[in-house]
Amino acid sequence: MKLSKNFTNPLAANNPVIVQILGICSALAVTVKLEPAFVMGLSVTFVCAFSNLFMSLLRKGVPSRIRIIVQLVVIATLVIVVDQFLRAYMYDVSKQLSVYVGLIITNCIVMGRVEAFALGNKPWDSFVDGVANGLGYAFILVLVAFFRELFGSGELFGFEIFGDWYTPNALMLFPPMALIIIGCIIWVHRSINKDLQEK
Amino acid sequence: MGLRKFVDKIKPTFSEGGKLGFLHSTFEGFETFLYVPNTVTKKGAHIRDCNDIKRVMIVVVLALVPAMLFGMYNVGRLAGIEGVLPAFWYGFLEALPNIVVSYVVGLSIEFAFAQKRKHEINEGFLVTGLLIPLVMPIGVPCWIVALSTAFAVIIGKEVFGGTGMNVFNPALLARAFAFFAYTPQMSGEAVWYADGKTGATALEQLATTNQMEWSAMDAFWGFIPGSLGETSTAAILLGAVILLFTGVASWRIMLSVFAGGLAFGYLFDAVGMTAYPAYYHLLVGGFAFGAVFMATDPVTSAQTNCGKWIYGFMVGALAVLIRVVNPAYPEGMMLSILFMNALAPLIDYFVVERNIARRKKLIKNVK
Repeated sequence: MKLSKNFTNPLAANNPVIVQILGICSALAVTVKLEPAFVMGLSVTFVCAFSNLFMSLLRKGVPSRIRIIVQLVVIATLVIVVDQFLRAYMYDVSKQLSVYVGLIITNCIVMGRVEAFALGNKPWDSFVDGVANGLGYAFILVLVAFFRELFGSGELFGFEIFGDWYTPNALMLFPPMALIIIGCIIWVHRSINKDLQEK
Repeated sequence: MGLRKFVDKIKPTFSEGGKLGFLHSTFEGFETFLYVPNTVTKKGAHIRDCNDIKRVMIVVVLALVPAMLFGMYNVGRLAGIEGVLPAFWYGFLEALPNIVVSYVVGLSIEFAFAQKRKHEINEGFLVTGLLIPLVMPIGVPCWIVALSTAFAVIIGKEVFGGTGMNVFNPALLARAFAFFAYTPQMSGEAVWYADGKTGATALEQLATTNQMEWSAMDAFWGFIPGSLGETSTAAILLGAVILLFTGVASWRIMLSVFAGGLAFGYLFDAVGMTAYPAYYHLLVGGFAFGAVFMATDPVTSAQTNCGKWIYGFMVGALAVLIRVVNPAYPEGMMLSILFMNALAPLIDYFVVERNIARRKKLIKNVK
């Protein structure tokens, strides 16, 4: 019961991007096309899940005064693993994502979950929490990239959807439009979940 | 007054609890459009005046008419049609679809939002809906006008809370959207200004070769290609007289925009970055149109008197700066007004703070 709530909560009601407004920079940067957005979402999910797991395992042995540096070591290691993996097996996507894979280490969601959840919970719960938050992030990224690639290039995953009649909307390829799309997603989300609306 | 009686008769149907109560906003919108409402403002500080938003907006629309009529005539003239009336008629038919599309799309969205939020319908869009086709090239496809209008009304206005709450001028936002999303259709030499004819506007010629093929007088009267409403400085000044005479627009902003443009024009001329007279900047492109109709928007400009001087001067100065220094944008008026829209609250903040500091000092001195 509790575990399933742990899992579904970050997907919608407490989504890291559209409710906590974290990880916005990368959501603007990598969402021009679906493929990099998809890979980026999975990478963050991987890093978030395993950093949560390892920090939860280490939580009793790490003195509170040096916990940040230990977290950084764990997260940085995982980010390097992801980066090397992408370079080895998905070189094109890795090139499109450029610095943003390395910048996962500064993604507030990862460290936020470690600090807020993994340090006070059991390993399995923490792992599920990391996966769920990563997927919540990935879901918004893919949603934004869907609209941007569809209307900005008339394609999805590089396949042409609209024919020649469609004039691509160049504004969709600029980061400001990603911010507007995220704003619209938040708008829809809050209209449905009325309890999230600020008074 | 048969119409008055008819309106009174159908009023209960649209009031709360009536059969068509959900259309209350729409009914009220039309009623106040036909008759001056006898209700009074109940809250907030206000000045006693018989003019409501609708009457103010109508004055602006009237002020736009000379520029619009001349723009239509100019389109026909550039298309090579002989005679004033046939040329005007040709331009009228060319411009009509854009105007209709802009009004239909914008007003439907406004009505839908007002209905949903149970607001009364404000006539701010009467002006915006006319401004949008006036700041676009005549050859722009209707669907671009429709998309930009929808974007400007929803993202520029309704998300902020509707008329009077917007940060940016909606008409300019529509143009900015069209400009960045569909650059090839909106600017450059391939945009046709009349009957499939294309060519560089005066601004582009000035930016690339430092001269234009038209005389300054032609530019002043408006016999140059350009967006529908922006070509004739003379017609725009006529509109400015209407706006200033009725007190609808701020003379401080208008004057300071022209001053800022002229000052920076002279500056660039003096340092040798441009090789044409500074006053050319005020005659070509959208400078005059922006100064008179866009920068003076009472919602998005600075509110304090001192702030208006600063705001206006910066609008004119930045417009010329963008025109001269940035080769990617031959026209800087749109970007400079939008930028200063964003800064207007900040300017007001510092003007008010300075005033408070000054008065505090006075108190100290008295003690």
